[in-house]
Amino acid sequence: MSVAPAEVDLPRIEHESVPDKPWITIVWNDPINLMSYVTYVFEHVFGYPRPKAEKLMLDVHHKGKAVVASGTREAMERNVEVLHGYGLWATVRQDV
Amino acid sequence: MEIFSARDGGVRVWLSAGEVELLRLLTTQVIDLMGDDRKDQPQRSVMDELEALFEEGPAPQPPTDPVLARLLPDAYQEDPEAAGEFRKYTERSLREAKKYFAQTLLDTLPDNGGRVKLTPDQARDWMRAINDVRLMWGIKLEVTEEFEDQLAALDPEDPKVATFEVYGWLGAVQESLVHALARR
Repeated sequence: MSVAPAEVDLPRIEHESVPDKPWITIVWNDPINLMSYVTYVFEHVFGYPRPKAEKLMLDVHHKGKAVVASGTREAMERNVEVLHGYGLWATVRQDV
Repeated sequence: MEIFSARDGGVRVWLSAGEVELLRLLTTQVIDLMGDDRKDQPQRSVMDELEALFEEGPAPQPPTDPVLARLLPDAYQEDPEAAGEFRKYTERSLREAKKYFAQTLLDTLPDNGGRVKLTPDQARDWMRAINDVRLMWGIKLEVTEEFEDQLAALDPEDPKVATFEVYGWLGAVQESLVHALARR
């Protein structure tokens, strides 16, 4: 005797249900903001320890930009608002 | 020599009457620039503002003036529609914030020079206000990262020399303030 194989419903992968890519906050280099100031803002606004804040500042300085935070779109928009208050050139977009 | 010092959890600075006058003049320029509304639009009431938030219509465009565009930048670089929508909800409060920081500086300046004691919050307002002044003049002077070379290349008779020197002084003030806040 044999048993007919049970009909198995394979889970269907729907692309629409794949979680959204995170959103990111980008800070761009500019010739005016002081390096010490940008480092202080990263420490104070994001609570990053000094070495991390300095590394991000140097990335902005040498590479022209750096991703300084990621998360929900709302949280990234709030970051950008705060950073604009500090005069940093910040933008938000969805990660690619 | 440090301009600012960390003291009692806050920061302190001594300013001459001339430095106070200069800071007052420059900071007032930022307040004027941030204005209540764009000069090309009539004054609006709170109700008008609220209605405008729900209005369907063209989203506000970024400022064409380069100084305003730098102080109130687009939040989305490659999505003008999202940038306009963000601006619609936040530009007014950003202008208010910048005026608030500048006003803190004006309110805490000693009339004829002297000692200033700032709490950390006040010091951060000063930092942002001074930064806005530096952004405004940095854009006007088209400064690059080689600011010292730009200054050295100017004819000593060029009226721009004085402005570059003020810009350089503001950089020293800002640097010292940041260090004092970080050391606190």
